[in-house]
Amino acid sequence: MSQLGLSLEKLSLRRGGRLLFEQVELKLAPGEAATLTGRNGAGKTSLLRAVAGLVAVEEGRIGFGAVEPAQARAEMIHLVGHLDGLKPGRTAREELGFWSLWCGTGATSAAHAADAMGLAGLLDLEVRRLSAGQRRRLALARLLAAPRPIWLLDEPLSPLDAEWRARFGEVMAQHLTGGGIILAAVHDPLPIPARELELGA
Amino acid sequence: MSRAGALLAREIALAWGRGGGALVAAGFYAGTATLLPLAIGPEAERLAAIAPGAAWVALALAALLSLERMFERDYEDGALDLLMLAPTPLELVCAIKCLGQWIATGAPLALLAPIAAIALGAPPAMAPLVFACALVGGLAFAFLGGVGAALSLGARRGGLLTAVIVLPLYAPPVIFGGGAMDAFSGGLPWGAGFALLGGYAAAAVALGPLAMAAACRNALS
Repeated sequence: MSQLGLSLEKLSLRRGGRLLFEQVELKLAPGEAATLTGRNGAGKTSLLRAVAGLVAVEEGRIGFGAVEPAQARAEMIHLVGHLDGLKPGRTAREELGFWSLWCGTGATSAAHAADAMGLAGLLDLEVRRLSAGQRRRLALARLLAAPRPIWLLDEPLSPLDAEWRARFGEVMAQHLTGGGIILAAVHDPLPIPARELELGA
Repeated sequence: MSRAGALLAREIALAWGRGGGALVAAGFYAGTATLLPLAIGPEAERLAAIAPGAAWVALALAALLSLERMFERDYEDGALDLLMLAPTPLELVCAIKCLGQWIATGAPLALLAPIAAIALGAPPAMAPLVFACALVGGLAFAFLGGVGAALSLGARRGGLLTAVIVLPLYAPPVIFGGGAMDAFSGGLPWGAGFALLGGYAAAAVALGPLAMAAACRNALS
């Protein structure tokens, strides 16, 4: 894991015929975080999706240190965005359990993650009954249920209240201490030390 | 539980879940099979002649019903993104989704098919063949339907588009299965038609996931 990193080299991205940004450079070592800022439509979400391998890059390179991109994307990346992949008609327990299994761990770590995100009393509710903040915490619980080093977060804090912003800040700080990498698209600064990369500046 | 097993269980639960995908398809099937004699006339002789074929065509149409949500729901809520961030290849993910579709709606429809055929006047001796055709044909319907559903991702009125893409692909299995049943009721060897149906289903299972995965990647990027 020590050879893992995240680097964007001369990255350009085009969506729907429009050049979003070009020549973006970023290098993150284990234990480092960066925030992506920029106006609406600057390409923050697209950049995260490109790192996850869901969107093809126009030019440049996305590297993961010594790890092959295909392997890194299959086993080492968590992506949490505003589309959280949670099915409204299923219970929080079913959804968290499934995504934990899909990310490579079992039910026990899902239960621990639910505790850590304050979801223990909500697990039997259908996802549709959760508030926006609770639903986001359920999506974020995936990060804790299955440990993966690279976290790609799209506006992770926006629906959370002040208490949970602070508590998730601690979770992110812990992740960095453990050698993790965080790349987050934000409008408000994160409660952790992070480098800032402004898109479309 | 393994990844694949967890995904299969989820797909079946989603297909069975709220809105009862399988029950709706079964209800639609029963409705179509009941409407046919009303339109054609109640003479037992005429009905018996078309019974297996009518049951078979109604089955193909019922199989179309639940295709729309198969990929659409995961595409709309971002689950498809997350499904790609795993060591399981997207092709296998697509195959598992189709398998779940087959188990959740294809198998219940296959159980109904002999009942519908007999109710329309087919000889009871034919029931096993109708069931086998519906089961094997259902596999082809699920995997080809998945290709249509994946291709129409992101399109407006995707369900209608799926039907237009998929119906021509349903023609060969309908012909092969119908041929086998026709031969059986005429006392002729029916093995060839059934073997062709099986071959077509096998080809759909083998090639469908490649097309579905390509269509999903295209829709996401």
